[in-house]
Amino acid sequence: MDLSSHKFLKIWHGPQHPGITGNMSLELTLLGDEVMDCETHVGYLHRGFEKLMERRKYIQCFPLVCRIAVPEPDYNEYCFAAGVEELSGIKIPETAEWIRTLVLEMARLQSYLMWIGGQAGAFGQGIIGQWSNYCRDLVLDRFEELTGGRIYHMFIIPGGVRGLLPDGFEKRMEETLQIIEGFMKDIKRVMFDNAVFKKRSVGMGVIKKEWINQYGITGPNARAAGVVLDVRKDYPYLKYNELDFEPVSDTFSDIYNRANVRRRDILLSIDLIRQILSKMDNKGDIKAMTPNVLHWKVPAGETYIRSECTRGEFGYYMVSDGTEYPRRVNVRGPSYTHAVSLLEDMIINENIADVAGLMVSLHTYPPEIER
Amino acid sequence: MKEVLKKLQTMFNITDVEQQRENLAFIFVAKETATSVITHLKDYEGYKHLVLLTAVDWIEQNKFQLTYLLNNPESKSDIGVKVLIDRGNSEMESIHHLWKQAKTYQRELREMFGINFPGSPKVDEPFILEGWDGLPPYRRDFDTKKYSEETYFPRPGRSTNDPAAYMKQKLYPNE
Repeated sequence: MDLSSHKFLKIWHGPQHPGITGNMSLELTLLGDEVMDCETHVGYLHRGFEKLMERRKYIQCFPLVCRIAVPEPDYNEYCFAAGVEELSGIKIPETAEWIRTLVLEMARLQSYLMWIGGQAGAFGQGIIGQWSNYCRDLVLDRFEELTGGRIYHMFIIPGGVRGLLPDGFEKRMEETLQIIEGFMKDIKRVMFDNAVFKKRSVGMGVIKKEWINQYGITGPNARAAGVVLDVRKDYPYLKYNELDFEPVSDTFSDIYNRANVRRRDILLSIDLIRQILSKMDNKGDIKAMTPNVLHWKVPAGETYIRSECTRGEFGYYMVSDGTEYPRRVNVRGPSYTHAVSLLEDMIINENIADVAGLMVSLHTYPPEIER
Repeated sequence: MKEVLKKLQTMFNITDVEQQRENLAFIFVAKETATSVITHLKDYEGYKHLVLLTAVDWIEQNKFQLTYLLNNPESKSDIGVKVLIDRGNSEMESIHHLWKQAKTYQRELREMFGINFPGSPKVDEPFILEGWDGLPPYRRDFDTKKYSEETYFPRPGRSTNDPAAYMKQKLYPNE
């Protein structure tokens, strides 16, 4: 591209830009207001987690892993704990499995509620973000009474969980879910039936079906295109095989349908939380016997643990060499493919005004890319 | 998955198979045949989803281990293809023609481990680190403590007081 011809304009979209998801930036080359070329730049919050973990014992890694993905730390905790347990051959008690499932669904609910505000905000509907953040705060209140923390919970520990549900938790959770359901009806009417939102999002930012395997797309981005990939259903972990649900999907992956899939996923999460609370028994052991955590030598071996986070397949590849320290931990975040190779290709020929909405509709988080 | 593994063993002379779980196996493959094995798995056996590509540094054996984790969405199984390459002149064939996202993984491995993938797009451009010309930081022999001591000026600690002496001086300054 001949930049000296003065036909093109190069601008930086981010890292300080309200329409960008987190600390990353897009280097855009524009012709008029049309994007001709795009390059993703990351590295603004690289903290070297994978390297740090090589110098820490397994129990010291446990409060570290949740920092990798800020809005939903619980998937990191689960994958790390499950990896350590699988390599050590530890089976966790049933109550702990139920509580883990509950925590993961609550994490999904609060992360989606934060996302829906961002998606509406990118198209100029600020009020949705205020409603959904109020709802998210209520879920965080439940997290606080269950785990003691609002954002980072450090609740899923290798070997089990840290505690049982507090007294009256089910009742307060039900009240929270009813409030969220009420707001979701309003959000459906104000956002999804809104002519402005439809006009901006229908037919925009299409992910073609054949791209799903070419780019390694997972989660709602793939499900909206009709490729039903859901780790909860395909590779049932924890107690998901005892829950009754069908993964949400659609037929055409544009911004509107992806948003709609995620909205229906919120309703599914609410349903799953109700199922979990009605089926689980809040008593008994919550932690399996583990070796002394300060001298815990995990047998040599390697494994890959996956779970379904709000953006797709979230996995941990763990290698142990039989010592007290992990040899290598590699985090597979769905944003790695969504925000770099996919975004760079699908943004071409879009309007500069739609870049923010398109990015948010892929639901990306930079910390997963840099780890 | 067992038939696939059996077929691979006869086709590519693979002897080292570790069955980690019912639906997850790791196989060791020679560097020369790795791309053929991966292409075969992708085109003929339905392992068309590249889950991740990463490296493990086995510094004691002077080797890097590359792990290509491939997933079959139909049979719901995973095969991890492991390749050992020399640490000294680390180079590996690129697979960016098979999956679009592979170029990002290869760019990161080039930066973090110093493994070269000739022909991969933008592989020499910085990805996460900018202006880094030292030892690739994810190698085991990269000393994080030494690096931070050299790069960041050590800050002096805060001044501290013995609480008993401090209170005595505060309450009874004339004694």
